Amino acid sequence: MVSLVYNEFFKIIRKKRMLVVTLILLILIPIFTYAQYQAVDSAMKQLGTSDWRAILQQQIIDQQNRLSSSRIAPEWKEYIRLNIKQQQYYLDHDINPTTPGSPTFMRKFIEQATELFIPLLVVVLAADLVSSEHAGGTIKLLLTRPVPRWKILLSKYLSLLLSISLLLLITAILSYLISGIIFGYRGWDMPVLTGFQMENEHLLTENVHMVPQWKYILMAYGLAWFSAIAVGTITFMVSVLVRGTAASMGAMLAAVVAGTLLSQVAPNWHELKYIAFINLNLTDYLAGNPILVEGMNLPFSLTVLAVWSLVSLIIAFVSFTRRDILA
Amino acid sequence: MKHQDDFVLSVEGLSKTIGKREIVHDITFQVKAGEIFGFLGPNGAGKTTTIRMLVGLIRPTKGKIIIDGYDLQQDFLQAIRHVGCIVENPELYPYLTGRENLEHFARMVKGISQERIDEVIELVELKERIDDTVKTYSLGMRQRLGIAQALLGKPKLLILDEPTNGLDPAGIRELRTFIRQLATQEGISVFISSHILHEVQLLCDRVAIIHQGKILQTNSVTQLVDQERKVEWIIHPVEKGVQILKQISYVSQVEIIDQARILTHMPPEKIAEVNHQMIDKNIDVTGIKQYKQTLEDIFLKMTEGNQVG
Repeated sequence: MVSLVYNEFFKIIRKKRMLVVTLILLILIPIFTYAQYQAVDSAMKQLGTSDWRAILQQQIIDQQNRLSSSRIAPEWKEYIRLNIKQQQYYLDHDINPTTPGSPTFMRKFIEQATELFIPLLVVVLAADLVSSEHAGGTIKLLLTRPVPRWKILLSKYLSLLLSISLLLLITAILSYLISGIIFGYRGWDMPVLTGFQMENEHLLTENVHMVPQWKYILMAYGLAWFSAIAVGTITFMVSVLVRGTAASMGAMLAAVVAGTLLSQVAPNWHELKYIAFINLNLTDYLAGNPILVEGMNLPFSLTVLAVWSLVSLIIAFVSFTRRDILA
Repeated sequence: MKHQDDFVLSVEGLSKTIGKREIVHDITFQVKAGEIFGFLGPNGAGKTTTIRMLVGLIRPTKGKIIIDGYDLQQDFLQAIRHVGCIVENPELYPYLTGRENLEHFARMVKGISQERIDEVIELVELKERIDDTVKTYSLGMRQRLGIAQALLGKPKLLILDEPTNGLDPAGIRELRTFIRQLATQEGISVFISSHILHEVQLLCDRVAIIHQGKILQTNSVTQLVDQERKVEWIIHPVEKGVQILKQISYVSQVEIIDQARILTHMPPEKIAEVNHQMIDKNIDVTGIKQYKQTLEDIFLKMTEGNQVG
């Protein structure tokens, strides 16, 4: 089994998939770093002060102004109200939410990336894992070895888990190293608030507590890893079912993007919450970002993702071990 | 559970239905140890489907495949262990080097040493280019790498599907010599499919002819070719001669070519006997000509009249 996983991982590396993904990260992280720097910088200039309390105060006032505008839809009003509440909480407890420093950037980056960016990279990694063997005809050589089919598929799946883990590790390391050039490498111990809960569109703050940032980052990356694995597993199934690499990649990219769009377009459509792609943004629960679709919480999302992954795996294995290789 | 017999490959009553179409119908044949067995038929006859069943890529609807004494359906791992195959084109990973491809497939079988890899590289004469990526290889080199891959596990049975496809005449001759050598020197049985019949005629000990999913005949090439010859009789009078020839049971397809000549199909050893009968009946025989049949003749004769659509 070890040598089979070695084979599959070796192919992922030699196909330069990992390299492509790393390059994308190498280009995007500096851009995000600069964007973050600009945001902090311009806010400071606007206020004419580098006092973060003043910035936070200004943000609250801005949002209160937006609230009074009658053009805003009711569900957005609620969102803004919740945001204000959260910022007020930071202010009251004397906590700077944007303290620059590369650990903060790491945290912010993964919070932003779990919803769309990481899933897209995972799709790139996973989409052609099985379908490329079909397209290249090498499946005929792979399946005529004295190795049962389920072992071959399992070795591919394990190598996918390995490369997703590697992807997140690379994301963490690169975002830490690159952003540190501008923001400095301090801030591991900064307290971060977590434990926000949503109930009937109200932000419950009774369980809110502070954790050191390194702990928070660990949790955030853990959750990102979980949702990345879920996307990877669903993509893996599509890759088993569809023969062409372009078709499997296209289908999965469309699904991931549609998932993020749908939750923003139709937050009142409650059945949406059973779709895996709506539940990818697990770090939202950690950060206490308001959830648009009602009835979603961390255990719920974890369950939805786990069920989807399990069903995908079963379909993939049943289909792969039974199917006739006709072309 | 191991069945004991002398056959490396034994196929019994094999059928495959896909949708409503029966692509392979009740095929039975055996391949002996060390022999080169040809599997002949036009495109679409069911050759590739059969081969894919032999290597476990397609599940048969009915029938049994026994390889080296093991039932392929029940003991897949044991049965496939001694099979090397190339199904259709020799498709390997283009982004890996030749050596990496071989190492990749070697890791999937227990007990293939680095020495064995070097040995097969030597055998197929790819030593100089083995560390280049496969995408830079010519078709002939890919073909040889494919064979190297098939030979890695020291197979008892080598299955080659249309191995000469796309090769130039020199490449085809080289491949033929190579396959002969494998069979005689290493004792490997070779199962080879083709639709180019004269190629196989030169190479195979025995052949099975498949047409529209059914095996029409399985026989040794020499027997197939020699069991009947085309014999041309130059006689006078022709009409009377035709009558006599038509009465003889082993003479078939009596055909008048012109005023003096008749073409028949018959076993060559019976020519003297027929000649005697002619002379007894006062027919002047002025010439007898034998033509050797090719597999193509036999094949066309067998599939004649079976052409539906």
